[in-house]
Amino acid sequence: MTAALTDLTLAEARDGLQAGSFSSVELTRAHSAAVERARPLNAFITETPDLALGLAEASDARRKRDGAAGPMDGIPIAVKDLFCTGGVLTTAGSHILDGFTPTYDSTVTANLKRAGAVMLGKTNMDEFAMGSANMTSYYGPVKNPWKGGGGRDLVPGGSSGGSTAAVAARLCLGAIGTDTGGSIRQPASFCGVVGLKPTYGRCSRWGIVAFASSLDQAGPMARTVRDAAIVLGAMAGHDARDSTSAPVDVPDFEAGLDAGVGGLKVGIPKEYVVDGMAAEIGRLWEKGAAWLKESGADIVEVSLPHTKYALPAYYIVAPAEASSNLARYDGVRYGLRIDGGSLDEMYENTRGAGFGAEVRRRVLIGTYVLSAGYYDAYYLKAQKVRTLIAGDFRRAFETVDVLLTPTAPSAAFAIGEKMDDPIAMYLNDVFTVPASLAGLPAISVPAGLSAGGLPLGLHLIGRPFDEETVLRAAHALEAAAGFDARPPAVGEA
Amino acid sequence: MALDKATVKAIAFLARIKVPEEDLEHLAGEMSNILGWVEQLGEVDTSGVEPMTGGAETTLPQREDSVTDGDARDQVLANAPEPEDGFYAVPKVLE
Repeated sequence: MTAALTDLTLAEARDGLQAGSFSSVELTRAHSAAVERARPLNAFITETPDLALGLAEASDARRKRDGAAGPMDGIPIAVKDLFCTGGVLTTAGSHILDGFTPTYDSTVTANLKRAGAVMLGKTNMDEFAMGSANMTSYYGPVKNPWKGGGGRDLVPGGSSGGSTAAVAARLCLGAIGTDTGGSIRQPASFCGVVGLKPTYGRCSRWGIVAFASSLDQAGPMARTVRDAAIVLGAMAGHDARDSTSAPVDVPDFEAGLDAGVGGLKVGIPKEYVVDGMAAEIGRLWEKGAAWLKESGADIVEVSLPHTKYALPAYYIVAPAEASSNLARYDGVRYGLRIDGGSLDEMYENTRGAGFGAEVRRRVLIGTYVLSAGYYDAYYLKAQKVRTLIAGDFRRAFETVDVLLTPTAPSAAFAIGEKMDDPIAMYLNDVFTVPASLAGLPAISVPAGLSAGGLPLGLHLIGRPFDEETVLRAAHALEAAAGFDARPPAVGEA
Repeated sequence: MALDKATVKAIAFLARIKVPEEDLEHLAGEMSNILGWVEQLGEVDTSGVEPMTGGAETTLPQREDSVTDGDARDQVLANAPEPEDGFYAVPKVLE
């Protein structure tokens, strides 16, 4: 019974709860036990089984009283440790937030709580969401449940690596994360799960520890496109406390999934190739286009001429915003404090000890590109290039409805690889960053296995606030790909 | 743009991050590599292009200028490393 409950999709669990086949308490106990067994993955920073049980009991009571409940009611999920959660330690994967226990919930976690979702715990992540391998967490690396040749440990991708590992290993029915340059989609590809970054402004950023405010966006990860659509519906919505939150209605994302892709125009951007990309990635991309064509879509080649400049522009804009956002960690108001002889020395000691190597590097780069004399040459230039990248997409969407690309240039790599070369690590996000800069919705769908037997994702990008088309195309891609591989069970044997 | 140790030290002070002397050389190399790589943006003609300053093309909403929040001193101080008498305590600033 226990194994069966953790194998359900979120939609199946919802239906089972509604039919009375099992209770939220049973569902939650099964998942909390799985979380505990899977500790070797290090997917969670904080487990909250007691809180979860209380929420599950409340959900069961609600359902008994009212007879019906919303789609997320009683559903166990995992939450990236970047969302503030009232009364529960929130670390952002950083030493500098030692002991930080928010007195309030982020809007997104409050929305989920209101919808009845059951939080199992807070998932591990790259420090302040800066990383593509979950190697920069103060709490140690996360292991991908998928194994390399000879049982080698692999990274789950990052920065939402704990969340995607938890979904892949059947520790939760869905998870939430954030994506600044690919932090939901790239780990989703590496772990063989679905990961959706909504349109900038679709989900409130209020109460999410900020990395790069013009890029950060919360989104769902799950094992199916339908499940991701259900979770997104409970996360999204306008919030007056985030001035960039869009005052737009939240549609029923699940309702249009089965409408098919007949007549849909799918663009293939010819610039989405990089040197040294594995041939199997290109082959999977072609296969994806063929699948959509067989499902009735029209395939059109398009050009996004500024694509190659997206990554360097991102590595100016994001560190610049990070250097500004992370100025708040001063040892005065929350988290770590290392004393010094003066106020400045206390700041320097606290931040020197509290930030890891990657965060330090990005804050220093950001400080430099914003400093007098370099602002125009770097920061302003990058913002102008960002305008051109957004313009490329706008032009493409005059003729196509959605774009198809690979999610990442490779499958998951071994823990420890690429650690001595920041730029090689940054290249993981080469296909996800452009949509982030343009603020567009995009999804990664597991579409096949590499020669080494590891999951590979395909990536669909849509028009602003047109998650429905993105999800509909993703649903068709998912059906055609028929991805049913799964990682070895954790903690059994 | 190649950064030297002295420049990295100056940036680190601007960012108020203590960087051990022995890390400066390596950090200068890494930052120079990253800055060298982003300099490819110089190839792009951006004359007459407006900078994109936010994540979406929206105008920021306005609301009435009134107090909507507050009276939460204890909550605000709840996570302070050294709260004192309802204040944040810091090392002496004025002699």
